[in-house]
Amino acid sequence: MNDSKSESVAQNRPPEDQEAERGTKETTYLEAIREAMWEEMTTDPAVFLLGEDVGTYGGAFKITEGFLDEFGPERIIDTPISEAAIVGAAIGAAHMGFKPIAEMQFIDFIAPAFDMIVNFAAKVRYRTGVGAPLVIRGPCGGGAHAGPFHSQNVESYFANVAGLKMVAPATARDAKGLLRAAIRDPDPVLYFEHKYLYRRIKEELPIDEEIIVPLGAARTHRPGSDLTIVTYGAMIYKAEEAASRISEEDGAELEVLDLRTLRPLDTSTIVESVKRTGRVLIVHEAPRFGGFAGEIASQICEEAFEWLDAPIRRVTALDTPVPFSPPLEEYYLPQTADIVDAARWMLAY
Amino acid sequence: MFASITPSRLKPTRTHGIFAGFAPEDGAETRAVAADLPAIMRWSGVLSSLTSEELRGLFRFLVLSRGLEERLEHLLKQGQVVGDLYDGRGQEATVVGSAFALEEGDWLAPSLREMGALLTRGLDPRMLLLQYLARDGSPSAGRDKAHHLTIPHLGLLGPIGPLGAHLCVLNGVALAFRMRGERRICLTYLGDGASRTGAAHEGLNLAAVQRLPLVVILIHNRWAFATRSDQQAAVADWIDVAAAYGVPAASVDGNDVLHVYDETRRAVDRARRGEGVTLIVAETYRMHGHAQHDAQEYVPEQELQEWRARDPIDLFERYLIDSGFESRPSLAVVKEAVRRELAAAVEEALSAPMPKPEGARFGTVEGEHIPFPWTRREAVYEDVGQPTMRP
Repeated sequence: MNDSKSESVAQNRPPEDQEAERGTKETTYLEAIREAMWEEMTTDPAVFLLGEDVGTYGGAFKITEGFLDEFGPERIIDTPISEAAIVGAAIGAAHMGFKPIAEMQFIDFIAPAFDMIVNFAAKVRYRTGVGAPLVIRGPCGGGAHAGPFHSQNVESYFANVAGLKMVAPATARDAKGLLRAAIRDPDPVLYFEHKYLYRRIKEELPIDEEIIVPLGAARTHRPGSDLTIVTYGAMIYKAEEAASRISEEDGAELEVLDLRTLRPLDTSTIVESVKRTGRVLIVHEAPRFGGFAGEIASQICEEAFEWLDAPIRRVTALDTPVPFSPPLEEYYLPQTADIVDAARWMLAY
Repeated sequence: MFASITPSRLKPTRTHGIFAGFAPEDGAETRAVAADLPAIMRWSGVLSSLTSEELRGLFRFLVLSRGLEERLEHLLKQGQVVGDLYDGRGQEATVVGSAFALEEGDWLAPSLREMGALLTRGLDPRMLLLQYLARDGSPSAGRDKAHHLTIPHLGLLGPIGPLGAHLCVLNGVALAFRMRGERRICLTYLGDGASRTGAAHEGLNLAAVQRLPLVVILIHNRWAFATRSDQQAAVADWIDVAAAYGVPAASVDGNDVLHVYDETRRAVDRARRGEGVTLIVAETYRMHGHAQHDAQEYVPEQELQEWRARDPIDLFERYLIDSGFESRPSLAVVKEAVRRELAAAVEEALSAPMPKPEGARFGTVEGEHIPFPWTRREAVYEDVGQPTMRP
């Protein structure tokens, strides 16, 4: 009786007090991105943001709501609908010592800025010795029934371009820590935030700790000994579901590796895991042909072929555009059952 | 077939936007009225606003630019220049006159034919020679060619192959100046062809709405590779493209270095006062093919002859002599000094070593080696062909 009473009293206290007591704050993936930018902009006057509707409206997903009031129109720049001009201006300002964040309203809209990214930003340090420390970020991924032009995963479009770094966080902690590291990085970083995770992922994050997650380091999301699933982004959660099901139903333990950074790729962590488990399944939400899984599989063949006890397999989206209607999109996207099926086949091999 | 575009069909200075309402003391109307007067009378004001060192400097950069390009042509024929040479023969007044209007601390982004602008901004001809010869010690350490160099202390931003993109990037430099409250400005060039790219449109538009401190010189040189400028845009006069961006514009005789300098100076001052972008259309002619491989057989010979008669260097030499600011012997001294400087520079560049092959892996900034930062796992790539074996 007393216990439940004190609990209800605690619940009536302002959330800030409760957070202070716990030392943590419930943070969504979206809030984590917002906080990373807010904190970097507060501590470093070189950081500024430009993009479509980022100021007055606060961003299409309201990530930058309140930023214009806090930082002013010189640092929160509403631009014309001109992705090439947005990225170009970010490169030029980066040459001059600024640390711009260029927002793509949807990551699909990065296509009009392709030349600016692959020919200018990626190559400029190599060609001229002058770097371009900028971040290009935007919402990627399916599951929101948004059709072919608001659902894509574009990492493979850029995978073959030397000079770019790419990150794809799955957790709120990584969303925050990787973005802060990306802003501080001396080279151009493409930051893919998964829109399906924006408000679905909530984590208790420490209030006082400065969260920075270094680029280029994968994370073991779930340890296991029988098979390694290499994945990133929203697929982490489907891989985790598949691993739980196989653990319960088959008694096998699957390790789930969250790459977090796609370039530079943390090959040594992948190889170390594969050498322990002897089986590797690569899962990504992007289409199969020319996807990251191909590169990862090649690197494993070069580094750990003799440790493999089964062929490497891939679970990916179809080689089609992202379809719109929910049943079509569900069919298109990799599902937990697909991962379970592939893993069982490999375990039985 | 095509209407021949000749200097005689060039209109006198035409302005619109904020310049349209200029009072006579600003010179705009005076110049328009005076278009048919001998150039020496039209430009007497500009001539006397420059010191004799400045006038001689202008002349020297014109001669230096042409001389260096002639040297490079020769070196190309000898097989020393790697690739090709996209020269700016005939456009020297446009690029030297405009770059001359900048001040220390300002930034300039060339397109592909603006050798004279780079030299005017202080780039050592030896550096350009090393770039063209693909030697070690070139500003890009052999990684890139020609004008593709970014040198912050000279305020030079290199373009990339797809033209027009450099305008978008230069916007960021201008934005940085403004965010820091610095009174520095940016200037760039677009050919009539490059000005038709999406990047050029987006860049000019962003610069206009942000009122960035920027001057854009649109070089109407009649040809983009082998395509005539009337196939690039359906405008009667290229100054009309400015209206869509809401920026003031002026057109100048691009072969007249004083006209270019005078109008650019005005635009530079305007940008420095925080009044935004100006577009200047320089009416000129590309006297050589797209590059040395191109014999420009598609160009009517009569057109070339007419423009050759208005060679920008001859024109300026005549001004200087007719106005009494310089004498023929004193200009000959300048030419001879440039000739000797270039001969020494060529000799030096030819003795420079080629880059070491493994230099492909690292970035070099003024002698400092920076590891190519994104190949953290270099070893993986080195081991290709020798897969790791299980112990």
